[in-house]
Amino acid sequence: MDLASTPVRMPADWRDFFALTKPRVMTLVIFTGLCGLLAAPGEIHPVLAFTAILCIAVGAGGAAALNQWWEADIDAGMKRTQRRPLPAGRMERESARDFGFALAGGSVMVMGLAIGWLAAAILAVSIFYYAWIYTVWLKPRTPQNIVIGGGAGAFPPLIGWVAVTGHITWMPVVLFLIIFFWTPPHFWALALFVQTDYAKVGIPMLPVVAGEKATRRQILLYTLLLVPLSLVPFGIGGAGMVYGAAAALLGLGFLALALRVGLRHSAENDRMKPERQLFAFSIIYLFALFAALVVDRLAGMEGWL
Amino acid sequence: MGNEPDKIAPVEPAPVETATIEPGSVDMVAYRARQKARNRAMGLVLGALVVLFFAITIVKLGIQASHPR
Repeated sequence: MDLASTPVRMPADWRDFFALTKPRVMTLVIFTGLCGLLAAPGEIHPVLAFTAILCIAVGAGGAAALNQWWEADIDAGMKRTQRRPLPAGRMERESARDFGFALAGGSVMVMGLAIGWLAAAILAVSIFYYAWIYTVWLKPRTPQNIVIGGGAGAFPPLIGWVAVTGHITWMPVVLFLIIFFWTPPHFWALALFVQTDYAKVGIPMLPVVAGEKATRRQILLYTLLLVPLSLVPFGIGGAGMVYGAAAALLGLGFLALALRVGLRHSAENDRMKPERQLFAFSIIYLFALFAALVVDRLAGMEGWL
Repeated sequence: MGNEPDKIAPVEPAPVETATIEPGSVDMVAYRARQKARNRAMGLVLGALVVLFFAITIVKLGIQASHPR
């Protein structure tokens, strides 16, 4: 067969498909999902536990791929996202779309068949929440996009918990709320030092729409809600002293950094160091808080305290 | 809330990578290499899924056997 010398599309690299799933975000999703699973009362076979976490991760990856498919044009205009597979031309949009739907659908099916349909339903809701409610509907319309869209990242510990227990109680709901109220100060700290990027593409992030002062106030407000909320698991008897102490200490650290951000104004050529520090600490905060939950559960089971 | 920012039209993504396929060309070699790498990755994923589904089945049969209805 004589192959004509006409350009054909290069197949996308498998690494670019992997990049569509936003692996760095997935790390946090896997971690919080695993913590929810380990902290839940009851037992689950390790193979089924692995499957549940895999389904949460793949579902999150599918939602991320759909997000990148929908926002390819916007990503092309932002420095932070220009090198993603779609804006950089390394993949066709349809491939990303189909990949996203396949991951989303597959993860929900496997979760339902292997673990249970309640966990699968919550996973399906979380994927829809991120891919549609946040990405398509809220993000381009309101500066509160982060507040409501943050709910998507709050689902994993709830799903992990339900995978073990098979039902919903107050404790996993509180874990959901902790991440829900953590998301705004986390993202708005980032938005404060990358606001020009979002402004260029017309995304209504709070610093662009309402100004820096309002954003700093909101960061402080959500932190003041987050810190006592993080103590609720200890208060309702869902977690013990190990978690309580960790939540109190981490909360004080978060509050101190949020106060610094909340009460200052940026100057000309400001390097935004407090904002970067708050953003970095917010990631450590969430990891450490959920790790403390697991350690606390272990301590209770082993009788260490 | 404050004023809406002036919206700038989103930028068009870069055009998708293409290659000119001629037998023996560098592009052809790159094309085949990319296909091979993808096939290997797909094969690994499918193989892992086979193992996982088998393991899930064994576990669930075991659970059913120890908790008969």
